[in-house]
Formats: sequence, C-alpha cells, structure tokens
Amino acid sequence: MTDIAAHPSQFQADEGHHEHHHDADHKPSFFLRWFMSTNHKDIGTLYLIFSICAGIIGGAISGLMRMELAEPGIQYLGIWYQFLHGPGTIDQAYHLWNVLITAHGLIMIFFVIMPAMMGGFGNWFIPIMIGAPDMAFPRMNNISFWLLVPAFTLMIGSMFVSGGTADGAGNGWTLYPPLSTSGSPGPSVDMVILAMHIAGASSILGAIDFITTILNMRAPGMTIHKMPLFAWSVLVTAFMLLLALPVLAAAITMLLTDRNFGTAFFDPSGGGDPILYQHLFWFFGHPEVYIMILPGFGMISHVVSTFSRKPVFGYLGMAYAMVAIGVVGFVVWAHHMFTTGLSVNTKMYFTAATMVIAVPTGIKIFSWIATMWQGSITFKTPMLWAIGFIFMFTIGGVTGVLLANGGVDTYFQDNYYVVAHFHYVLSLGAVFSLFAGFYYWFPKMSGKMYNELLGKIHFWVFFIGVNVLFFPMHFLGMQGMPRRYPDYPDGFAHWNRIATDGYMIMALGMAVFFVNLIWSLAAGKKAAANPWGEGATTLEWTLPSPPPYHQFEQLPRID
Amino acid sequence: MFKTIRGPILGLLAAFAATGASQAVAQAPVTPAVQTPAISATPGDTKAAAAAKPADIVHAVPTPGVGEPTAQIALQPQETAVGRQAARMHDYVLVPAMAAISILVMVLLLWVIVRYRESVHPVPSKTHHNTTIEVIWTLAPVMILVAIAVPSIKLIAHQYNNPKADLTVKVIGNQWYWTYQYPDNGDIEIVSNMLKEKNEVTGKERARTDADGPRLLAVDERMVVPVGKVVKIITTSNDVIHSFALPAAWVKMDAVPGRLNETWFKIDRPGVYFGQCSELCGARHAFMPIAVEAVSPEQFAQWIAFKGGTMPGAKTAAAPDATSPASPAIAGTPAGSSPVPADAAVSGPAATPTTTSQPAVAQN
Repeated sequence: MTDIAAHPSQFQADEGHHEHHHDADHKPSFFLRWFMSTNHKDIGTLYLIFSICAGIIGGAISGLMRMELAEPGIQYLGIWYQFLHGPGTIDQAYHLWNVLITAHGLIMIFFVIMPAMMGGFGNWFIPIMIGAPDMAFPRMNNISFWLLVPAFTLMIGSMFVSGGTADGAGNGWTLYPPLSTSGSPGPSVDMVILAMHIAGASSILGAIDFITTILNMRAPGMTIHKMPLFAWSVLVTAFMLLLALPVLAAAITMLLTDRNFGTAFFDPSGGGDPILYQHLFWFFGHPEVYIMILPGFGMISHVVSTFSRKPVFGYLGMAYAMVAIGVVGFVVWAHHMFTTGLSVNTKMYFTAATMVIAVPTGIKIFSWIATMWQGSITFKTPMLWAIGFIFMFTIGGVTGVLLANGGVDTYFQDNYYVVAHFHYVLSLGAVFSLFAGFYYWFPKMSGKMYNELLGKIHFWVFFIGVNVLFFPMHFLGMQGMPRRYPDYPDGFAHWNRIATDGYMIMALGMAVFFVNLIWSLAAGKKAAANPWGEGATTLEWTLPSPPPYHQFEQLPRID
Repeated sequence: MFKTIRGPILGLLAAFAATGASQAVAQAPVTPAVQTPAISATPGDTKAAAAAKPADIVHAVPTPGVGEPTAQIALQPQETAVGRQAARMHDYVLVPAMAAISILVMVLLLWVIVRYRESVHPVPSKTHHNTTIEVIWTLAPVMILVAIAVPSIKLIAHQYNNPKADLTVKVIGNQWYWTYQYPDNGDIEIVSNMLKEKNEVTGKERARTDADGPRLLAVDERMVVPVGKVVKIITTSNDVIHSFALPAAWVKMDAVPGRLNETWFKIDRPGVYFGQCSELCGARHAFMPIAVEAVSPEQFAQWIAFKGGTMPGAKTAAAPDATSPASPAIAGTPAGSSPVPADAAVSGPAATPTTTSQPAVAQN
C-alpha cells in the first residue's frame, strides 16, 4: 500500500531546522506582507480572517431570521425595516425578509464556506502537504483573494440600493428569473450578479492555481497515489470549480443582459424560457454543493487518521470515491427541479442518477469508521468534530436519498425538509469539518495551542444547538411548511419555536469559540512541531509551528 | 387500507362524506345546502342570490388536522391514491431505511469509541485496507438503492399516468393570488385571495373567520372540485414563477410564465385542503395560499351554476360569457377583498381581474 500516512518515517523531517538559519523567515513590511502578499500561508490567513468576518455577518442574519420565525405573525421585520431604511409599507418589510434569506445563502456559500475550505485551508496546507515551497502562481493567488473583497462589498452594498419593492435583492440565492429580471427593477440585483461574477472569477483563478500546483509541484517521490487525501479533495474540487463556475457565469451574464440590454434568454414573451436558467444554474449549483463538502471530506480523513493513530483505511477507495462524487455530481442537477414540469423519463433518470451518489458517499463513511476500527483513539477537540461530522453527514445523506426520489420529492420540494437536509450536510457537515480542520491546524498555523476544555465545550454546545435547530425542520417539512416564509400558519408554531431555541444554543457555542480563539492567540501555550503525536504523518507536522515564512527550500524526498 | 383515523369531523362535513362515499346520485341536488343555515361562508352574496340566480353551496368548514398543518411528526393525511402510495413509500420504505442506516452508523461509531479508545486499546493496528469489506460496503448500498429505486420509479409512473380527466382547472399564479379557470364549465374564473385577520382588514374587506380556515391559509374563494373525479390541473403564471402545492393530495407543480404544466389529482373525501405557494415569488410569497374544497358532484354542479358556468353536456343556458357571469361573487371580490394594502401603487388584483385570464404567453 502506498498511502504516505502509512510510512511516517519516510519524510526528511529536518527541513525546517535548516531554514531558520537562512533568510527563510524574513518577512516583508506590514503593507507589503498583507496587501501585496504572494505567500500562500499569509494568503490562507487572509482567507480565513475574511471567512470568519463573513461568517459573523451571515450567522447574524440567520439569527434575525430565526428571531422573526420564533412565533407566528410578523414581530420584527417592520421594526428592522424602519431601522434600516425609515418608514415603509408592510410589503417592504416582507421584501426585507427575502433580502435576508438571499444574503444569508449567498454569504454562507460564496464568502464563508468556499473561502475557508479552498482559500483558507487549501492555501495554507496544499503546498506544505505536497512538499512545495509555495503555490504555482503566487500573484494570481493574491488577486484571487483580493477579488473577494470587492465581491463581498458589492454583495453587502446591494442590500442598501433599490431592488424593486424595497432595497436589496430579494430573489433567493438562486436568482430565478423572471423574479430576478422583470420582477426586480433597480440596481440591487445587478450588484449581486456582479458580486457573483467577481467571486466566481476569484474561484476560477484559485482553481487553476491549485490544479497547477498539485499536478506539477509535488515533492520528488510523491506520486499522485501517495498524495494526502486533503490534496486529493482539493484537486477534485478545483476541477469541479473550473467546470461549473463558467456555467454560472454564463447564466448570470444572460440574466444581466435580460435585465439591462433587452435580450430575452429567460423571457417567454421574447421566445425565451425561465426554465433554461434553472438548468444552467443547477448545472453549476449541484456541483457547487460538492465543492463545499469535498475539501471537508479530505480534512476529516486526516483528523480521523491522526487521532486513531492509524493510516487512512482504503486510501485508493477514498480518493476515487471523491473523484466519483465529482463526476456523478455533474449529471444529477435536475433533482433540484422536480416540480418544474420535467417529463416522466427525465424525472426517472435524475432520480436514479442522484441515488447513485449515495454509493461513493457510503464508501467514505464506512472507510472513516474502518480507519477508527482497531485504532487507538484519543478524543481531542478536532476528533470530536470529525466524529460529529460523520454522524451528522450520514443523517443529511440519508435524507438526501429520500429527496432524490422524484415522486416523493413532489411533497418535499421547496419546503422545510429540504432546508433541514441541506443544513445537515452544510451547517452540520461542511461547518463541522471546518471546525475540525481549524482546531486540527490551529497550533500549526498560529504556533499556539487552543484551549482544549473550551474547544470541547464549543463542540458540545454547538452540536446540541444545531441539532435542536435543524432536526425539527424535518417535522415542519413533513407537515408541508414552505421555505422562504417570514410568517406561517399556527400549525407550524411548535417546531419553529424549538428551532429558534436551538439557534440560541448554537450562538452560545459560537461565543465559546470566539473566546477560545482570542484567548488562545493571546495566551495559548506554545505549540510543538507535532502536537498530535505519531498519528499525524503528513508533511506539515515535520515543520515547526508556525512554519517558517518560506518552507522547503530543499525539497523533501518521499520514497 | 384507507386511512380511518380522522380528527373530529363536524356534522356537516360528515353528511357530505356520506354522500361522497356512497356516490349517491339520486339525492336532490339542493337539499344539503338548504338544511344547514348555520354557516354561510359568503354572507355578502345573499341579496344577489335573491334574483333568479342559483344559490351558492354551503361551503364546508375545514376539519382540524386534515388538509392543514399540525405540530404532529407525520405527513399530512393523504386524500388521493397517489398520495397514499407516496406516503406508504415514505413511511414504510424510506424512513425505515434512513433510520436503519443512521442507527447502523451510530452503533458502529459508538462501538469504535468505546472499544478502541486509547485507554482500552493502546496499540493501534496497522491495517489499511481489506478488499473484501470494501467490496461489501460498495455493493450493499447498491442493493439497498435498487430496492428503493423500484417502488420509486413506480410511484413516478403512477403520478404521470394521467387518467382521463373529468374536469380541467387552469391554475394561474399572480403576484400574489391565484386564479382558477374552469374551461370545461363555461370558462368561469375564480380569483382567490388570502383572507386577512380581523385587525388587518380595511374598509369593506371581509375578515377571516374560523369557518374559512386557519390564519394565512383561508381564502375568500376556494377552488371547488368534485370529489372522486379526476381533476386535471394546468398551471401557468402571469408574472414570476409560483408553485401550486396541495400537500394533502401530494401535488406540487410550478406555475411558470410561458409554460403550461400539467398534473392531476382525484380527491377521495369531501373536505377543505390547504396549500401554500411554494416558489419564491416576491414580497407576499407567504401570503397567497391555496384552498381546495372537494364537494359532491351535485354540489359542484350547483356551485358551477352559481358562478355562472355550465356543466359539460348540459345546455349552455343563460350565461352568455364568462367575464361577468359570476357577478355576485367575482364582481364583488376585487373591490371587497383585494389584498392591496395602503400602498396601492402596485397594480394589484383589484385593477384587472379579467385580464388575469390571459397569461402573457401561454404556448410551449
């Protein structure tokens, strides 16, 4: 077996020691270092800071939503509208609701999860893991981060310019026409489209950088089948980004010209079809959900292996399961469109194809458990998040199989069951893997140990909170509560109340996280090069914590 | 095999249920309406009805827990054969499969956590693959999925196997209300707006009462259909995409401008069933509910006559066309219960109820 994790002793572990004697740790001045950076670790840090800031905004917006949904009736929307924009009608307050759901979705997807997964951890650890001194295109790496800033600015700014009924884009993150074209006059939706264009360009540049780096800059001896699984996951994700994002760009460009230049791609009165947009959007949108979770799969593999002190079980199966998910992920998109009037054969095909994805996903779940099997497990904070991830992602996965059934989905399409499902795979899947990775690599990135007790409290409070928050949404979906509603019939009141309680528990957990983060950065114990022991076998643990400013001036050899 | 557990059924509804179940054709069509003066859902119509026009039917009072959401952990009771088939698939195939897989993963996780923790199992093994087990956990899910796919494909086939329609209703989504056209019945058109609460109504608007249905679900004009008949639903939209959803009938079909989408249902039991718009359609997306009332065929005929329509086969007697015929109900509707609030700048339904019958482009 060629899994590098199986042969930790192969690495030349003394690179880092040399580098202190060279100019490897010489850092440029503040402005040069942080605003014109070409260093993958600094850019990764910038991405993580960006992602945390965006996450605070996106999470606060979901807090506003849960607050309004705590009880039937409209309690707060009018007040918030008045606070933001001055006196308004009830319709304008309702529009504010649509702006909130749109902003929450777009921020969490494009400005929290993607930047953290690929930009943050990908930048930080892909070059180190494959034994490269930096990314292949450092300046492109820099522009790819800095494109996110104007994109996010446009996104936030769009909430304060006219979007039709009131300020802000109220179309949902999917931006379906005609609501996003003739249904939303004003510059707001144009700003959102441009924000997505710029964020998409950023991701495409990043994807090119990752593909080039991984394919060309692996250390001598590191064949593709010896590469760590996180590098595999980022490689697959980068290919998916490269193939999916141009389709999104095309779709939203057509939206833009429909809105501003008199074209009629999606306008039936000019011979267009709104459903065309949905096909294009979901041809991007479905791969997008795997783009958000695949790097997480990679991180979980490392965390599970490290804390079980055992190599990853079924390395090749794990790697090619991700490739399979990436490939099949491109041919299942219309399960998002089961109620748009698909033909019977189309619906049967997309039902069957979607269920196929459960097979490689199952391989991954079972392989993680097999990695732990006969291991010697320690339950440090990253491992808690990883185990939580495996279980929560399983629940999100099986409800996905339910929703894949086109005939059953008639009932659940666009209702809270779907909301529960995708929050289980994202808010409890992707976010759990982000926290697993964050605690796992925090000592490496900062050179300080986090507080283990606070980390564990964060996990347990957050774990309970998100389950209380999202599990009742399955029940709401079974009773038929539609998505994107600011108010609901009284029959839905019970579980909505409980979901809001869950949000508050989760928010408490996040408070613990920020306390831990600040405390650890300020007063954390100094971290050793490898704080996790013999289970941690990838190259980053051979370097000091934090790694020198430039690593691997002499490339490590992997036999 | 039909669901027999029902919530408390009001006497009125029970009478309808008996009628519908026995499919009795012999009953005098007017009798059920006259018997019970207790609830008149449309009080404003009385003076118009005094003319030679036929009287409105007595609209049913919704049964709590049927056709409307509750706090239960269950699907809504299903009122169609397709719905029951899908609910069986959900209850007896998918949920047990999901539970079994989740419990399996949980048990395995608990086992490794307990059995292979460092204090119990200090020396890890070096195993890193086992082809047999890997093949097993690839093929076992394949088999489970095939077992799920077979009933799933059958269900889709059933849903698309439209029987010959007894009646067609064209459902048109508008920001933010529904219109229902009955092309087989003299092309009458019903404009259906959500009823507001007592403290929200202005002017002569009618406020919701409990007889109309729950808050945010009750409408001024329900879509009335005959029980036990195949109703073909054609959906389209006048502005943005909406979605016609009726959970109790396992129906959801997007209403897309420029497209005609078709689905169908055959409701087995008289009653009132509620749904809500299920595709984001702008500010009042949450406030354009759907209410379908299934009545006996006799009552349906009476209701059609009251609305100025005709039953197929019957002589096209009086009503010359469909735009003004339902005069008492529809003509009263736009002025009375238009949902447009203070800011009448939006060209709401009040402006042009007749034009709603012509979607911008209805081909394709």
